[in-house]
Amino acid sequence: MFLYLLRRLLYAVPIALSVGFVCFLLVHIAPGDPINAIVPADAPQELVDQIKRDYGLDRPLPIQFAVWLSKVAGGDFGISLATGRPVWADLSVAIGNTLRLALAAALIGFVLGTVLGGLAGAFQGRAIDKVAVSFAVAGVSVPHYWLGMVLVVIFSVQLNWLPAMGAGPGGSSDWTWDAEHVRHLILPAVTLSVIPMGIVTRTVRGVVAEILNQEFVQTLRAKGLAGRRVFLHVVKNAAPNSIAVMGLQMGYLLGGSILVETVFSWPGTGLLLNSAIFQRDLPVLQATILVLAMFFVVLNLAVDLVQTAIDPRIRRG
Amino acid sequence: MATVPPSAAGAAELAVQAREAARGREGYWAGVRKRLARDPVTIVCALVLVAMLAAIVLAPLLAPHDPYQGSMLRRLRPLGTPNHPLGTDELGRDMLTRLLYGGRLSWFMGITPVVLAFLAGTFLGVLAGFVGGRVNMMIMRATDVFYAFPSVLLAIAISGALGAGTKNAILSLTLVFIPPIIRVAESVTTGVRSLDFVEAARASGAGPLTIIRVHILGNVLGPIFVYATSLISVSMILASGLSFLGLGVTPPEPEWGLMLNTLRTAIYVNPGVAMLPGACIFATSLCFNLLSDGLRQAMDVRA
Repeated sequence: MFLYLLRRLLYAVPIALSVGFVCFLLVHIAPGDPINAIVPADAPQELVDQIKRDYGLDRPLPIQFAVWLSKVAGGDFGISLATGRPVWADLSVAIGNTLRLALAAALIGFVLGTVLGGLAGAFQGRAIDKVAVSFAVAGVSVPHYWLGMVLVVIFSVQLNWLPAMGAGPGGSSDWTWDAEHVRHLILPAVTLSVIPMGIVTRTVRGVVAEILNQEFVQTLRAKGLAGRRVFLHVVKNAAPNSIAVMGLQMGYLLGGSILVETVFSWPGTGLLLNSAIFQRDLPVLQATILVLAMFFVVLNLAVDLVQTAIDPRIRRG
Repeated sequence: MATVPPSAAGAAELAVQAREAARGREGYWAGVRKRLARDPVTIVCALVLVAMLAAIVLAPLLAPHDPYQGSMLRRLRPLGTPNHPLGTDELGRDMLTRLLYGGRLSWFMGITPVVLAFLAGTFLGVLAGFVGGRVNMMIMRATDVFYAFPSVLLAIAISGALGAGTKNAILSLTLVFIPPIIRVAESVTTGVRSLDFVEAARASGAGPLTIIRVHILGNVLGPIFVYATSLISVSMILASGLSFLGLGVTPPEPEWGLMLNTLRTAIYVNPGVAMLPGACIFATSLCFNLLSDGLRQAMDVRA
């Protein structure tokens, strides 16, 4: 177990490094010289050279990468070109907001998905199965940015029950757990939860149906075990796969919330990324994507370890 | 010689045998057609998609108005306005016309990345699976790196860095879909290449290219194709999503995602009309999803 853990941790290192390299390259696949985003087009050549030296843009790419990496490792993500503030200052606030949104969406999606999927798997071919499967297909097929707008039309414009924009009263991005803030969280979280709901429903349904068809379940029933105890066996066997899928979905929620955050003006990483793209604020773009991808790498690792811990049959090289 | 774990090879062999047994005396495709004919949901979805495709291809004949010509005097008319059955948009352009024309770019941007990724991913995946060894390791480790990004984030990051435009959006989506297709292609190829009939072909002197063309591709293209069709719905949602963010199609070109974006402020005035482009994306993506599920079942492919 310990050796496996060590190997798995070591394997995450090259992945994390390559992720860093891809994020670093993003700036360099951008058309034109990155310097053009900083200085006006009619700036004198000496000034351009000076700024290039200051930013280290005159050095070869591998060296730039090494310098950038060592700075990032020390928590220095550079200065935003648009605001002049350190990137981390805005990014840390945004990450908190995105995490809250993603966790709320995960809670809704995973609970609904597990219940629907479990029922569908246990009662295959019955009405409840068909309802659950339709929900799941709709959940993965709906463009969630559009669903967000539909919910705003219904609950904000027509019924006037819930706010349509922002994370709190007056558009502030400071979060506190009070009723007013939670009211702002409901619509974006519900919107974001439909995709994981659909995928978790499908997964749990498949896993549960497969387990119920196995012989050991028949044996348990034949020897007269109560339905409740059989249920426990099914849960135990369905957990590893379901948890793996949920872990991945959590990662997709963090990275995929940009569209929903745009619809609801939710002050998270997605909105930050959106404005960084349109202001060509490359340090912010780079840092945001790096941090989100690192979350995803760590989540993948955690999923693997949890899966191994609860299911001794899985011990992958 | 076989680098595949015996259990995987055995399972693949069993699958092939089971499929052969299921065929009975009639051919595989006759069985597929029979199963499809008994699946009304899949047939209805296919028909809806064909109708949509016909409508957007024939847009110049069907559309009642000019997609670019608006009038400030008739902005945001509601549904059912005489002469404008689906109302007008924020610049007074006919919605029915814009939706018909908009489908062209939405479909094109949704399907092209999957087709390109299918070609590139199948090539790389079959190569990795068939050659094995160091080639396999290089290709598969490279896909691992792309797997470390959530797909939506990767698509937005690449097209954000490249800048707005139809071509960049298609390029970024293609890059996002290549790694998963490589994984599927590699795993089915590894399963097939150590089966007896491949050994027999090799023993009787067939070259690697002949083996790939005759024995491998015939057995792996089905599963890869079915997997690729399941990506179309995601691709449509993402492609329109990029345009919705302002990263795809640029105005005044009609495209469903972009139309949804420009109509966003109209939800307070005329929600019915503002919701239409998204409903089109939803309908298309739903039909592609159900069609792909139906194909998977009819072609007896396990995910």
